[in-house]
Amino acid sequence: MIAGLPIGFTAPWVLLALGLLPVLWFILRAIPPAPVRRMFPGVILLLGLQDEDSVTDRTPWWLLLLRMFALAAVIFGLAGPVLNPEQKQSGNGPLLIVMDATWASASDWEARRTMVSALLDEAAREGRPVALQRLTAMQELQFRQADTWKAGLAGVVPMPWVMDAETAVQFSDSLGDTRFDTIWLSDGVERSGREALVKAFQARGELRVVQTGLGVIGLEAARYDDGQIVLAAQRTQAGLARDVMVHAIGPDPAGAERVLATLPLQFEAGQSRAENALVLPSELRARLSRFEVQGVRSAGAVSLSDDSLRRREVALIAGREDREGLQLLSPLHYLRQALEPSADIFDGSLGDVLPANPDVIVLADVAVLSEGEQSAVIDWLNQGGLLLRFAGPRLAASEISRSEEDPLLPVRLRAGGRSVGGAMSWGEPKSLAPFPVDSPFYGLQVPDEVTVTAQVVAQPDPTLADRVIASLSDGTPLVTRKAVGEGQVVLVHVTANAEWSGLPLSGLFVQMLDRLAVLSATEMDNAERLAGTTWQPVKVLDGFGRLQDGQTLQGIAGEQVLENPLGADMQPGLYRGSDRLLALNVMRPDTVLEAVRWPSDVPVEGLRGAISRDLSGILLAVALVLLAVDVLASLAVSGRLWRARGVATVLAVMLMVLPEAPLLAQSSALEDLEHAREVVLAHVITGDRLIDETALAGMRGLSDVLYFRTSIEPAAPVSVDLERDELAFFPILYWPITPDQPTPSREAYCKLNTYLRSGGMILFDTRDADVAGFGASSPNGRKLQKLAAGLDIPPLDPLPEDHVLTRTFYLLQDFPGRYVSRDVWVEAAPVDAERIDGMPFRNLNDGVTPVVIGGNDWAAAWATDERGTPLYPVGRGRAGERQRELSYRFGVNVLMHVLTGNYKSDQVHVPALLDRLGQ
Amino acid sequence: MSTYSQLRAKAETEAASLPPLLAQAEHLAGTVLLGEHGRRRSGLGDDFWQYRPVQPGDSLRLIDWRRSAKTDAQFVRQREWQVAQSVMLWLDQSPSMGFSSEDGQPTKGDRARVLALAVAILLIRNGERVGLTGTLLPPRRGEGQILRLTEMFLLEEDGDYGAPEARAMLPHARALFVSDFMGDFDSFQEALAKAADRGVQGVCYQVLDPAEEDFPFKGRAIFESMGGSVSHETKKAGDLRARYIERLSERKERLRALCRATGWQYGQHHTGESAQSALLWLHRALEHRA
Repeated sequence: MIAGLPIGFTAPWVLLALGLLPVLWFILRAIPPAPVRRMFPGVILLLGLQDEDSVTDRTPWWLLLLRMFALAAVIFGLAGPVLNPEQKQSGNGPLLIVMDATWASASDWEARRTMVSALLDEAAREGRPVALQRLTAMQELQFRQADTWKAGLAGVVPMPWVMDAETAVQFSDSLGDTRFDTIWLSDGVERSGREALVKAFQARGELRVVQTGLGVIGLEAARYDDGQIVLAAQRTQAGLARDVMVHAIGPDPAGAERVLATLPLQFEAGQSRAENALVLPSELRARLSRFEVQGVRSAGAVSLSDDSLRRREVALIAGREDREGLQLLSPLHYLRQALEPSADIFDGSLGDVLPANPDVIVLADVAVLSEGEQSAVIDWLNQGGLLLRFAGPRLAASEISRSEEDPLLPVRLRAGGRSVGGAMSWGEPKSLAPFPVDSPFYGLQVPDEVTVTAQVVAQPDPTLADRVIASLSDGTPLVTRKAVGEGQVVLVHVTANAEWSGLPLSGLFVQMLDRLAVLSATEMDNAERLAGTTWQPVKVLDGFGRLQDGQTLQGIAGEQVLENPLGADMQPGLYRGSDRLLALNVMRPDTVLEAVRWPSDVPVEGLRGAISRDLSGILLAVALVLLAVDVLASLAVSGRLWRARGVATVLAVMLMVLPEAPLLAQSSALEDLEHAREVVLAHVITGDRLIDETALAGMRGLSDVLYFRTSIEPAAPVSVDLERDELAFFPILYWPITPDQPTPSREAYCKLNTYLRSGGMILFDTRDADVAGFGASSPNGRKLQKLAAGLDIPPLDPLPEDHVLTRTFYLLQDFPGRYVSRDVWVEAAPVDAERIDGMPFRNLNDGVTPVVIGGNDWAAAWATDERGTPLYPVGRGRAGERQRELSYRFGVNVLMHVLTGNYKSDQVHVPALLDRLGQ
Repeated sequence: MSTYSQLRAKAETEAASLPPLLAQAEHLAGTVLLGEHGRRRSGLGDDFWQYRPVQPGDSLRLIDWRRSAKTDAQFVRQREWQVAQSVMLWLDQSPSMGFSSEDGQPTKGDRARVLALAVAILLIRNGERVGLTGTLLPPRRGEGQILRLTEMFLLEEDGDYGAPEARAMLPHARALFVSDFMGDFDSFQEALAKAADRGVQGVCYQVLDPAEEDFPFKGRAIFESMGGSVSHETKKAGDLRARYIERLSERKERLRALCRATGWQYGQHHTGESAQSALLWLHRALEHRA
C-alpha cells in the first residue's frame, strides 16, 4: 500500500528499474534518429551547405518524455500494481464464515458474496481450511479446502426467512471443542439466538462481525382501512429522515405486470416506522398483486396482497323481473349502476349463485325463499356472507316475519307497510335522520332531497333499537341489520328502485352500499376458521423478493399458518385455501425490525467496499498505446510519416475511435430539400414490389407527359414511406390499394390528415376496375375502406359531369386508366350548388378535392420505362392507345386541379367579366 | 517510364485539344521549303493573296478569267508566299528527369516527353519540320517523323544530369529545350551561345517537381542524385530549406538572364500542374517571335 493511495504492488522490487530511466534518458537523447536516404535531383543545389545547428539532431524532448512514460508504464505494469490491496489478516487455523443469509441481507448480496469470495481466496493462499455456514440453512460444520467452497459459492443465496432461535442454540451446542476463527456476515437485524452463537464462537476463537451500515427496510402487509390501502414500513436504523417509494404492482388490462401506483413512505428522523395511505380506484385496487419498495431487492421489501384487497363479488337477485324493457323501474337497475364500478356482479338464481360463494347477496323485494334455499343461505351467512335485502311491494304483501322473526330478516315487519306523503295519506314524505355514531353509515352526509314515500315498517321489539343502523326523521327504522353467524343480514326498508324513495337516485345510496360492502371484504382469518383447512403454496418468494412457483411445495395445515414461524417448511408467498388466497409475507403482523446490538467485545466491520483490482493490464495497455504513439511521433520527427502512410493509418485507427456520422438524417434532409425545390409526384409504398415499381413508373410516365405538354415540369418521382417521410412537399400522393398492405400507424395517419387538411391530395386507386362497386366486397375496396377509416375525408360523390376535373387542362368525359370505368369519386358538391342560367357549370367546390378514388389502375396505363416506352398494354390497337392518351389526360387534369385549384371554375365568369369591362 | 504506345496516346491527347499551332516563320535562311506560313507577300503557295492587273510578261495562263470577266481589265491571281520552318527539339533524358516526389504524380521526364512530343505533333500537323538537335534525327515533315521522335524520346541517357546537344543546328531554325536545367550550367551557356551564333532562337522550358521547388523535407536525411553520383547528408533538412530555395531561384535567374542575352524565351513548369497549361504556354511561346 502506497501511503495515501489504495495501490499496492505484488512485485515491488521491479520498481527499482525506475532508477534506470534517467540513464535511459541520456542514452536515448544522444541517439539521433537514423537518416533517411532520399533520391533528390536538387541535391546539386545543396552541395556545400552546412547544417547551422548541430544539436538539433537529438531526439526531441517530448518524444523522449513519451518514451519515458511508456517505459515507466511497463515497469509499473510488471510490478503488479493492485488497487485496494487486501490487508493481511492475522490468524491461522480453521476459519468459519457465518452468514445470516436472510432476506435482510439480500439487497447487498453481491457485495457479501464478493467478500466471501475474497475471504476464501485469502484462506486458500494461507492454506486455512474453511467452513461456510448459513444460519437460515444450517448444515453440519465441515472444514474443507477454500477452493471447494468457492466452486459452490454461486449457489449460496439468501433465504426469505430468518434464523430459528432453537436451531441456533442446537448449532452452538453442536460445535464441539474444535478451535476456529469466525467471521460473521450479519444482516444487522436483531433476533433471538444471536447471544448463544456469539458466546459459542468467542469460546472457540476470534470472532469478527461484518455488516453494512445501511439499515434494513421491511414492508408490512397492506391493510385495507376505510377505503384506503394502508402501507407501513419499518427500518432498523431510525436515524435521518428517509423517503422510500413503494410501487403497487399488478396486471394491467392486457395481463402484463406493471406498476399501477406509487406511494411515498416518509420515515421521520428518529422514527423507525412510516405509514401512508394509498387511495386507488377500486378497479385498480382489485388488480393489485403486490407492493414493493423501490430499489430494494429483498423479500422483506415485498408485500404480497391477497383477497383482502380483492374485488368483492356481489350476487344480485330480484323477485320481479317481469317488466321487461322498463329499465329504470327494474329493482336492480340502481344497484347494478352503483356496484358495477367496484364489484363483480353475479346474476342468476340463488341456487346458481351460492356455490360461487359471493361476498354479498342482494335480494331486492324477494319475500320468500324455499326451504332448501333458506338453509343454504343461512349456511353461507354463517361463513361470513352479507345478505342485503331491499323491501318492496312483494315483501310488504307477504306474511313473512310477521309473528316471529324470519332468520333472513333482521326485524319483524308490520303488515302492509306504510306510505307517507302520498295522495291518500297524511303528512309529508319523510327524510332521513342523521346516522347514529354506532352505525356503519356514520359520517355520511344526508342530502335533503332524499325522501321516503313508502316503506315496510319494523315491529317494535326489544332488539330493534340495536339493529337499526339508519332511520327516518320520525324515528322509523330505514336500515336494520343483524348478525348471523359470522355474517350479517341487512334490510333496507325501501325498494332498490326509485318507487318508494329517492334514495337510489342519490349519491348516498352508493356510499351506503360501499360502507356495507366494505364490511364484507375478506378479513384476516382467525385461527378457529383456519382449523382443519390446508393451504397450498401457489407462489413463494425467494430471498431477493422474486416470486417463484410454489406448486411443488407441501401444503400447510391451517392451524400452523398463523403461528409457525416462516422457514423452509412454510415459505412466504401466496397460499390457496378452499376458496381464497392467503398471503404470507416476510414481515408478519408481529414482526418488529430492530438493529442488532452486538456485545462490546465483538469487533464489527463494514463490508469491504472496494474490491482489489489488478492494474497491471491497464498499465501495460497504456504502455502499448504510448509506444504506438511513439511510432507515429518518430515517423513524424524523421519526416517519414508520409512515406509510411500505411503503418501510420493503421496505428492512427488503433488509437482513435471513429465517430459515427449522422449520415442518414443528413441525406433525408437533403432529399426533403430536393422535394421542396421542385414539383415531385409521389406514390405510397404498398410493400408489394411489383405494384410499387408500377406506381413509380406510372409517376415517371405522367411526369414526362406533364413536362412535355404543360408548364408543370416535375422532377423525378419518388416513393413515399408514410411512416418515415415528410409528406408536405408532394402535391399529390398516388396510393394504389393492395389487400395486404400494412395499415399506417397512428402517427402516419396524423401526418396524412395534416397533409389532406393543408391542401394535399390522395389519389386512391383500387386497381380492380371497380368491378364490385364501392361499398361492396372487392378485397381492394374493403381494404380501401379500412385504410381510409382513419383519414379525415369529407363526404364523397361520383364525379359529376361539371366537375372542374373534367376541364382543368383537357376536356374529359371519361377517366380511363388501364381499365375503363366511369366511377371516380371526389368530394361531394355543396348542397346549395345550383346551376345558374347561362352558365355551363355549377359553381361547385371552392377548394381542391382532398381525395380522388377510382379503380382504373392509372399507374399501369401511365407507366413507362426510362426511355418513355409504355410498360403495360392498354386496350387493343389504336383504341388502346387512345385510352392510354385519355388516361394521361386524366393525370394531367388531376395535377392541374391540384396545382391550380378551381381556377378553371372561375373561368366560368369570364364572359361576364369581359362584358363588364366592355362597359 | 511510359511505353511507346502510352506515350504516343498521351501526346495525341494533349495535341488534339489545342488549335493548330502556327509557328511563326520569320526567318528563312537556307531552308526554303514551302510551308503554310504566309510571308505577307506574293509568291508560291496555296492561299489567295491578291489580284493585280496583268503586266507585260505575265503568261496568259496566269490570268484569272473569272475576275477579269467582271471588268474590262485583265487580272492575275497571286498567291501568298508560304514557307515551312524547322524546329529542333532537345529533350533532357537523363536520370535526374526520372524524379517524382509523390506516387501518382508523373516524373519530370514523363511530363517533359509528353509536352515535347505534343509540340512536335502540333508543329508537324502544321507542316513544320521537326527534328532533334544533333545529328541523330534531322528535321523532317510528315507523320512518320512523329513516330521517329517518339522512338527517340524513349531512349535513356547515362549520367546524372543532362547537357544540351547544340551541334548541327540548322541556322535560323527554332529550338525548344526541355529540361530541369539542374545540370552543369556551363553546358547550357555554351549551347545557347552556339545557337545564338547560328541565329537559332527558341525556348528553354524548365520542368520541375513541386518537391524541388518547395523542399518539404525535415529531419536527418541523406540526399542523393538519381544516378547516385552526388550525395549530401544533413542533420536537419528543414534548416536547409531557405538556402536551397535561394539557390534554386538564383539558378533560375541565371538561366533567365542567359535566355534574355541570347534572345531565347524562358518558361517553367511544375509536374504538379496541368500539362495543358504548359502546352498552351509553349504554343504561345513558339508562335510569338522571340
